[in-house]
Amino acid sequence: MKTKTLSKSLASKVGILAGGIALGAMLAGSALAEPAIIYDLGGKFDKSFNESAYNGATAWAEETGLSFQDIELQTDAQREQALRQFARRGSNPIVVAGFSWATALGKVAAEFPETNFAIIDMVVDAPNVRSVVFNEHEGSFLVGALAAMKSETGKVGFVGGMDIPLIRKFYCGYAQGARAVNPDIELFENYTGTTPAAWNDPITAGELAKAAMARGADVIYAAAGGSGLGVLQAAADEGKFSIGVDANQNYIQPGSVLTSMLKRVDLAVASAFADQTNGEWTSGFQVMGIGNEGVGWSLDEFNADLITDEMKDAVDALSAKIQSGEIVVHDYTTDGTCPVS
Amino acid sequence: MEFFNSSIFMLDSSIRLTVPLLLACLAGLYSERAGIFDIGLEGKMLAGAFAAATVAALSGSALYGLMAGIGVSIIMSLIHGVASITFRGNQIISGVAINFLAAGLTTLLGQTWFRQGGRTPQLSGDARFTGIELPYAAELADVPIIGGIYSELLSGHNILVYVAFAAVPITYYVLFHTRFGLRLRASGENPKAVDTAGVNVNFMRFKAVIITGVLCGIAGAYLSTAQSAGFGNNMTAGKGFIALAALIFAKWMPIRALFATLLFGFLDALQIRLQGVELPMIGEVPVQLIQALPYVLTVILLAGFIGKAVGPKAGGIPYVKER
Repeated sequence: MKTKTLSKSLASKVGILAGGIALGAMLAGSALAEPAIIYDLGGKFDKSFNESAYNGATAWAEETGLSFQDIELQTDAQREQALRQFARRGSNPIVVAGFSWATALGKVAAEFPETNFAIIDMVVDAPNVRSVVFNEHEGSFLVGALAAMKSETGKVGFVGGMDIPLIRKFYCGYAQGARAVNPDIELFENYTGTTPAAWNDPITAGELAKAAMARGADVIYAAAGGSGLGVLQAAADEGKFSIGVDANQNYIQPGSVLTSMLKRVDLAVASAFADQTNGEWTSGFQVMGIGNEGVGWSLDEFNADLITDEMKDAVDALSAKIQSGEIVVHDYTTDGTCPVS
Repeated sequence: MEFFNSSIFMLDSSIRLTVPLLLACLAGLYSERAGIFDIGLEGKMLAGAFAAATVAALSGSALYGLMAGIGVSIIMSLIHGVASITFRGNQIISGVAINFLAAGLTTLLGQTWFRQGGRTPQLSGDARFTGIELPYAAELADVPIIGGIYSELLSGHNILVYVAFAAVPITYYVLFHTRFGLRLRASGENPKAVDTAGVNVNFMRFKAVIITGVLCGIAGAYLSTAQSAGFGNNMTAGKGFIALAALIFAKWMPIRALFATLLFGFLDALQIRLQGVELPMIGEVPVQLIQALPYVLTVILLAGFIGKAVGPKAGGIPYVKER
């Protein structure tokens, strides 16, 4: 087992070294004052959270004809380095995608008071930082309601990525939505892991989904980044339904993905870029919820046959009630508890 | 009956999770029995998984994917062989190099070719190995006990699962009942004796290393084209190292390797099944504790129950012919 430790520590060292060199090379010679976006470890093309951020930046670039800088991280250790590099080269604003950025951003934002930053999914209290948070519990409530309406067994599942409060917030909203439709529905709650590797482990996530389906679940909601692909695959293999997350994932397994809980990270990124270039930048809180189309559910040609008109009407009614405040969906992260289990 | 059914489902999941471990463990067995330590199992599996997914995605055929996976894994094996047999390099260092090479190359090539962050495109249809229903599985499904065991546990797996389990008796037979196996084992225990008998030790070791490559390639293809539907960055996730632990646990014996890897697969399945389940008397166990379970048990078993595990005597030592 000695060799294992050796190879692991070696791997991380070489990784950091190589990553550092690559980072320096990629940032060299970049233009000034362009907005920048830095993705989280899941990678730019995760078909989910990071890809949605990338799509938002691309949409902004296509609309305005301007260009932006972006970079993918190799390791956690590069966070501060990447932020400083962009800030020093005059990129403005700099958007970071993901809650893991909070510590690094808190430090670097203080060093560059003239630069505007935006962080998605986390709150960093600094005068030059915009903190974008999403009401994922509201979007999850809607897909939970859809799952409960679609389920024939009265059992629905949830496979989360890393077990953190943010992901429990997804589950809690989902559970409340499912119970709102069917008070007797049985829920299976699972998490892929407790380390960041859980965002990219489709095999374990797929097994968790299979285990839930073996216990009778016929709709599984995957809030697990790249691991979610394993859940979508498992549901398609077993002829059951899955629910995608963040980006619209309906196309990945047409006819099996019931819907996707949309989290419009792309809108958040595009508006951060646009606000800066239009001189309308605001720091502080920005909440993206059902009201401003920050969260929602997807309906397109890939799942049109799965959603009946009654289901659509029922969800639209629930959505309106959340907007009007008639239904208040509990947010797990406010007190660390969920009213339904 | 409820308990019986859920046990069957869990064993079914254990089998799926055991397959890559078993293949990698047997792969290591051939190599180490011949005197070549191989900590590059992980890298070979990863390279095999990537090659299999890539070719399967491009050709639409899982079989071509499998052949590509085996081919690439053999090439990696030969690199290890040339470094550690021909040039008598340090086998551990060469193995580490293989792991790095595979981890870096797969991500780099994947990103260059497919632009999906190192992932290959999702596979579907014939590009994947899908389950095979054994005869009468559907008819027997409702028979109590036997039906459950036959139609759930034994039937419905993909061909590579059956290949992996068939490899155990074959390995046993080859190693202990053929001349080739005797020579292979002797190359790892007492290479001088093999040399004296007029057999080329280095050539024997190369043959063993190639078999290792074949088995790792199958394991990799299983991961990317059977168990999941496409390659993901570093998808082996330490399975090659767990297989090595299982190999020591099994004291380099094929039948014991089957049980050792089944135990690891079972523990993995157990942690998946126990999540969020209320246990009688104890209540719901925290996820973190359950996920630590396989590792805790591994340490206990390795430290306390297997006794002294002694590998092949000439393992790790390059053979130098006396002049």
